[in-house]
Amino acid sequence: MTTPDPANVLLEARRLSFFRQDEPVFGPLDFRLLAGQVALIEGDNGSGKTTLMRLLTGLLHVEEGELLLHGAPLTPQGAAGEIAFLGHQLGLKSDLTPRENLRVTEGLYGRRRGLDPATALGAVGLLGYEDEPVRRLSAGQKKRAALARLLLIPAALWLLDEPYANLDREGIALVNRLLDRHAREGGAALVTSHGAVSFAGGEPQRIRLHA
Amino acid sequence: MTPGSTTSACVALLRRDLTLAWRRRGDIAMPVLYALIVVTLFPFALGPESALLTRIAGGVVQVTVLLAMLLALDMMFRSDIEDGSLEQLMLAPQPLALMLAMKILAHWITAALPLIVVAPLLAGMLHLPTAVMPVLIASLLLSTPLLSLLGAVLVALTAGTRRSGMLLALMLLPLCVPVVIFSAGAVAAAQQGLPWIAPIAWLGAALAMTLVLAPLACAAALRIALDA
Repeated sequence: MTTPDPANVLLEARRLSFFRQDEPVFGPLDFRLLAGQVALIEGDNGSGKTTLMRLLTGLLHVEEGELLLHGAPLTPQGAAGEIAFLGHQLGLKSDLTPRENLRVTEGLYGRRRGLDPATALGAVGLLGYEDEPVRRLSAGQKKRAALARLLLIPAALWLLDEPYANLDREGIALVNRLLDRHAREGGAALVTSHGAVSFAGGEPQRIRLHA
Repeated sequence: MTPGSTTSACVALLRRDLTLAWRRRGDIAMPVLYALIVVTLFPFALGPESALLTRIAGGVVQVTVLLAMLLALDMMFRSDIEDGSLEQLMLAPQPLALMLAMKILAHWITAALPLIVVAPLLAGMLHLPTAVMPVLIASLLLSTPLLSLLGAVLVALTAGTRRSGMLLALMLLPLCVPVVIFSAGAVAAAQQGLPWIAPIAWLGAALAMTLVLAPLACAAALRIALDA
């Protein structure tokens, strides 16, 4: 195995494990995520995929093992702005329209070069729904609006918790296309899924969680 | 204003919360209606004797406004926690305490400002002398943000627990007491023709301190609430 250039290592976990009330949830886990790489986190229901995601965002603090972002221990302050997170709760305000939601994102995070809320919504196929309140959109359309936010945030690391849920076949292809483009632009992504996934760019790195 | 700067983040968040409140205008009207009903009932219960009403007017309006504010207090962070907006806010490269201060400001504008606007009407219904009105408004302008800020810390502390309403009310009571004493004290002093600037100054000092410390405490408490 060749040792990767340390400058390329975006995220590294060393002997990472997590306990809930002294019950082990997962781990110990070792993995490395390089720039330009997409990794798939696999595990059954309840195996700790979402918990791992929340650890990686810095929302949960690490108790056992080490988690390094750009070679430095991950802290909520250090992770801010570096990470775009798509969780089970999409973080969209249901009384606002997708366009208004993205404007808030833009104000908070800034925007990726060459993108604004309108083009980001176009890229995920929500043209014509920009000014419809989010609560009137279907579950799949809400997911697409959340994906547009992901596109807009200028973060190198994407953490996607079950991005394929609620999406139709075309939506799944869209997620794969976005992931592929993000990786080619030098970003990295961690994706959890319990279903079969095929990426355009060949076989992804797989991280297995055991319950 | 560049997207992603702290100023643009403050503006975006304030605009978002005010837009959301405007889309649910009925919720804003609720505390105002409640205060109106409570104050209307007092003369019926105590009798229409003008001297008595004048004496209690300041205190009744203060307490009613504070209680009406409590109605909306526990909504402050709830929807943000439920729909995941709070997680997104924490991951943004912005000072969390300042962002929460914006949320508290939006909450004060939607929950307290309408009450302050109707306060002269409420006080007038209880025969409060017109000369005392400015003191009443000044004391409300200081005491309501104080209550919003103190309430926000407690809401953040109880964010992780289910059905936090009872706990919240219990914890807020001792914090409300000094606020009511000073703000009603100012109005009472003005009514008796005594200097009223001291209690107002105390409220101002408390507000200045809370303004700095409460958002920091809120941020710490919400980080702990999500870290579970």
